[in-house]
Amino acid sequence: MEESANQMSLAVQQSKTAYDNIKERFGDAISEFDANPTMPFFEVLDTKRWVDIALHMRDNSLLRFNYMACLSGVDYPEEGKLGIVCNFESIGHYAHKIAVKVKCPRDGGSIPSVSCVWHTANWHEREAYDMYGMVFEGHPDLRRILCPEDWTGYPLRKDYQVQETYHGIKVPY
Amino acid sequence: MGLLDARVSNRNVLVTSVDNVMNWARLSSLWPMGFGLACCAIEMMATNASNYDLERFGIFPRSSPRQSDLMIVAGTVTMKMAERVITLYEQMPEPRYVLSMGSCSNCGGPYWHHGYHVLKGVDRVIPVDVYVPGCPPRPEALIGGLMKIQELIRMEGLGISRQDALKKLAEKSVDPQQVIDQVRKATA
Repeated sequence: MEESANQMSLAVQQSKTAYDNIKERFGDAISEFDANPTMPFFEVLDTKRWVDIALHMRDNSLLRFNYMACLSGVDYPEEGKLGIVCNFESIGHYAHKIAVKVKCPRDGGSIPSVSCVWHTANWHEREAYDMYGMVFEGHPDLRRILCPEDWTGYPLRKDYQVQETYHGIKVPY
Repeated sequence: MGLLDARVSNRNVLVTSVDNVMNWARLSSLWPMGFGLACCAIEMMATNASNYDLERFGIFPRSSPRQSDLMIVAGTVTMKMAERVITLYEQMPEPRYVLSMGSCSNCGGPYWHHGYHVLKGVDRVIPVDVYVPGCPPRPEALIGGLMKIQELIRMEGLGISRQDALKKLAEKSVDPQQVIDQVRKATA
């Protein structure tokens, strides 16, 4: 473990320090740290505690993850799950960066919304919902954002079948 | 072959047909509907700007469909937008013309195969008179398309329908290979 810590770049070490802080507070609710050099991440295992973790990440004086750079949806059909990947940075306080993965069941699953923690999440969660169909619990305005309201299906799911017609207009070529 | 090219006698008398005058007036003041959909719209704006100066043809965008006689569909028509395009088209007074600009609005462009959200050609929902190829077409190409619309208007008349005018235009079509060969010969 010591050796691998020495091999980590400075940026990953900073992320590891931030991770250790969260791990100390939340223990088994989060997974082990993945120290890949591109984007170090951890996964939230207890989805229900996601908002608590988010608040801790934003407000703890040693973390100050005040900037949600991105929130992307992911489909994991072989696991039967849908997920989100959120990228966080701390602007004006620290140089650490970290990504967080949260997953939920593919059919009728839901993830707690963090739009009250980072306002950026509001539209990003709507986009993830529009494209993947997971529900964000507690979101103030969970409507489709890119597709029309009456669009059938969730286009970025891996088993998505395009609808034949939309309001009488043929969709496939 | 504008009216002013014709010989006007020094008594200011001009003998011409109603068709000719009407068409000249219509083609000299085309007012396109002012809206753009995607990247092609940037080229359309460039065409309207001072470098290419569409106003020399009397063409400048109107912001109301009720005062426009030409619709330039510039860019990717998504399914969500297609219905709005139909509405705008229906609000335009007749006679109205549609110019489809760029691969996306011609046939779906790069979204032709996998784009679940893109209309595969705006001619699936509204009739198109002139297609301008390109991705996106340069302003010169758009101007070429607009001049094609003007030609079409010139062909139309009281007794001649749009279909007949389009047929006449098709007869006049130029083989691009011939033009290329001509240019090559001239520059050789």
